[in-house]
Amino acid sequence: MKNKSLVSINDFSKEDYLAILETAAEFEKDPVQNILKGYVIATLFFEPSTRTRLSFESAINKLGGRVIGFTDAASSSVKKGESLKDTIITVANYSDLIVMRHPIEGSARYASEVSGVPIVNAGDGANQHPTQCLLDLYSIKKTQGTLENLNIALVGDLKYGRTVHSLLMAMSSFNPTFNFISPPELQMPSAYKSSLDDKGIKYYEHTNLEEALQYADIVYMTRVQKERFSDPMEYEKVKNAYILKNSMLEGTKDNLRILHPLPRVNEIDTDVDSNPKAYYFQQALNGVYTRQAIIAKILGLK
Amino acid sequence: MKDKTLSVSAIQEGTVIDHIPANSLFDVINILKLDKLKSQITFGSNFLSKQLGRKAIVKIEGKFFSAEEINRISLVAPQAKLNIIHDYSVTEKHIVEVPDTIEGIAKCMNPKCITNNENVSTKFKVVDKQNVALKCHYCEKITDRKHLEIL
Repeated sequence: MKNKSLVSINDFSKEDYLAILETAAEFEKDPVQNILKGYVIATLFFEPSTRTRLSFESAINKLGGRVIGFTDAASSSVKKGESLKDTIITVANYSDLIVMRHPIEGSARYASEVSGVPIVNAGDGANQHPTQCLLDLYSIKKTQGTLENLNIALVGDLKYGRTVHSLLMAMSSFNPTFNFISPPELQMPSAYKSSLDDKGIKYYEHTNLEEALQYADIVYMTRVQKERFSDPMEYEKVKNAYILKNSMLEGTKDNLRILHPLPRVNEIDTDVDSNPKAYYFQQALNGVYTRQAIIAKILGLK
Repeated sequence: MKDKTLSVSAIQEGTVIDHIPANSLFDVINILKLDKLKSQITFGSNFLSKQLGRKAIVKIEGKFFSAEEINRISLVAPQAKLNIIHDYSVTEKHIVEVPDTIEGIAKCMNPKCITNNENVSTKFKVVDKQNVALKCHYCEKITDRKHLEIL
């Protein structure tokens, strides 16, 4: 993993994921270490994503590293018309590793080909967001004790949801059973379903949220966005069907945990927050440990 | 049979491209920029073919193709065959094969792909050779035959 860019979740093997999760667990026990002293890490956010950026910067700061960068393209040389290539080559001269977020798909892969230092993709448009996927895996492993043989319910926008696609591909190495719960307009694309068929992984599709909850070890919620519907009437019909409420959690398994990549809008009712099965805020904290592990592994410090 | 023999032997030096799907003939002309060539060219289309239904044939006098040009044809005519003609007879036959990777030939169909937004040449992994499906090395989206655009 040393000096390797993390662009896509498909770049890393099952063994790589497990090694990162193990290191993340070490950082959870001992999150403040001075191992990045003398390192400069660039966080280049060509589009704003405050949550992701703060999580990375917190991870770097806790390890004693320094951060340079920009928080949106308007405050960088991109505004003057500089190409991505020139920006990356220049910043690679000033830093030991580049964390980048960019609205254009494939930008992180391209950056990794022109950069002299490793790239960590913090989201390239609708394409990949591998550190989110790894923190999801960490949260699942931490709450369930294992990644193997779990029943995972994916809820909401399964058609466009980048995080659910990455999670589905990554979890496919661990013999899961999936339940897909979405409005008919936002079903899991057939390419992903046939990939599960090829691997012999069981999955069931539902349009009713409550049907699958009782079997689930993990419920992964995502938002059903109005702009995904061509017919606004269709959105109005289904918008409340995919909101998780505390009352629905009665009779669910004790080990069930609810995850959400955040930000949440209304798809998880606030009355769920105090239920011990709600895990989305701890999940965000796990993002810091996971990102510490990813950076330390890539820089060869762990 | 007589017609076929006549048409193939009609050029002295050059290339005969056979087994082009009839509806791809104009793509082939376009891709190989045959309209810009000064040499003598014969096109035939809608010949009956057991394999393709209706096929097209192109005969080009005095022109031999490089491997890169052949790759370009394979995207629209994956089963095409090239006959190299010297002194009126076929001296070599090449089966056009779709390569495992395609670089700088096709356009990615995703408007949000880096290759459509910066000066980056395209690169694909061929994930389906029969129906031509290309997975972009950058944005990871699939460009299928229906959306294929040659650069």
